[in-house]
Amino acid sequence: MSEKEEKVIKVSELDPNFKYEIQKEAGGENITRCFACGSCTAACPVREVNEKYNPRKIIRMALLGMKERVLSSDFIWLCSSCYTCYERCPQDVKITELMNAMKNIAVKEGYIHPSFVAQMEVLNSHGRLYEIGDFDNKKRIKVGLPQIEESAEDTKKLFKQEGVDKLIE
Amino acid sequence: MKYALFLGCTVPVRALNYEISARKVANKLNIELVDINDFSCCGFPIKSVDRETFLLMAAKNLSLAEEKGLDICSLCSACCSVLTEANKELKEDEDLRKRINKELSVLGRKYEGKIKVKHFTRILYEDIGLDKIRENLKVDLSKFKFAAHYGCHYLKPSEIYEGFDDPENPKTLDELIEVTGARSIPYEDKKGCCGGGILGIDEITALKVAKNKLDHVKSAEADAICLICPFCSIMYEGSQKKIERQFEAEYNLPVLYYPQILGLALGIPQEELGFKVNRIKPREILAKL
Repeated sequence: MSEKEEKVIKVSELDPNFKYEIQKEAGGENITRCFACGSCTAACPVREVNEKYNPRKIIRMALLGMKERVLSSDFIWLCSSCYTCYERCPQDVKITELMNAMKNIAVKEGYIHPSFVAQMEVLNSHGRLYEIGDFDNKKRIKVGLPQIEESAEDTKKLFKQEGVDKLIE
Repeated sequence: MKYALFLGCTVPVRALNYEISARKVANKLNIELVDINDFSCCGFPIKSVDRETFLLMAAKNLSLAEEKGLDICSLCSACCSVLTEANKELKEDEDLRKRINKELSVLGRKYEGKIKVKHFTRILYEDIGLDKIRENLKVDLSKFKFAAHYGCHYLKPSEIYEGFDDPENPKTLDELIEVTGARSIPYEDKKGCCGGGILGIDEITALKVAKNKLDHVKSAEADAICLICPFCSIMYEGSQKKIERQFEAEYNLPVLYYPQILGLALGIPQEELGFKVNRIKPREILAKL
């Protein structure tokens, strides 16, 4: 797609139900309250250094129904979860949780970001984001800290029950 | 005063100096920290993937502390935030609680909503208090200037923290620094995020976010940046050399955890506060003591 074509919004490709789908997802309830003031984008520490992430634009795209473009994008994953926009939004759109809702939908549609697959693999094998092996425990004991016996059993069971284990197969 | 110590994933592997100094300070101020070996990841990373699974992971950890009848003390701000969020939501929403408990039964566990979750820094500020800290001071730190970094999840989202501090104009960490005699210096964009949340997604963007803070702290001529979250340290200390290389900058900025600073002021010997684990050695600070 050329840059010019990318900027064209085709009404025939819009899904007017996308915003309602988002509203049904936990965290996405308030999306239609957005009146596009841009307080979120102005406050965003990620937007400050990378123009690819623009919360006002993402919300606008979602409200217009640009479902595929939003869900398959890499930009929805760029929210750093700092909650600055969440605190400042005059319409209580709860943007940080809205981004999580859109990410959750993207996952269900098959667009999980590879870094989360990697994190889930570690959690499924160790129950923690960092493995605590013998080496780490020796280091802990040496500095006077108690040993930790990691166990992945609970996490593994929960992943399986919720069906998210399929994301890492 | 007794709490279940929730270490989370990052602290016990990547922030031993934080854990060491927090345990020493707690001991000095009569806060008993109980280890629960079955604690696992708080669920934070899974919020982006599947909210239900995140709630279950949080509920499992909460139920373990409930079983011991203990409130949770968290060293990591992200763990503190999501455990507090899940706890609030599960306490307030009966239908959700029933559903989560049904699913949690696969582990033979039940969430009952009987405990609170607090950040270690909040415990120092609220439960111990500045007066009690002042009474226990042994070493004057008035020659030092520290840059308080609140990070994000210690105070946000504010609706889960029952009015504790003000996310737009926070003061608790500044006051905790100043009670030691040290100065908590003002600097640009003090509330700025460390960028850690997207380190695994887009490293360069995350490093740029962290660089902003390092630039601001450096130009304010702080002796060190003062942290209360292990992931902020991964950005400011663990990635400082990388940021220097990537952006041709030079910082050599010591990164201290608040309990290391408080520990010094309480007269705990410096060799017991984990400074050896600090990657950017705070030599000048320790030499001036």
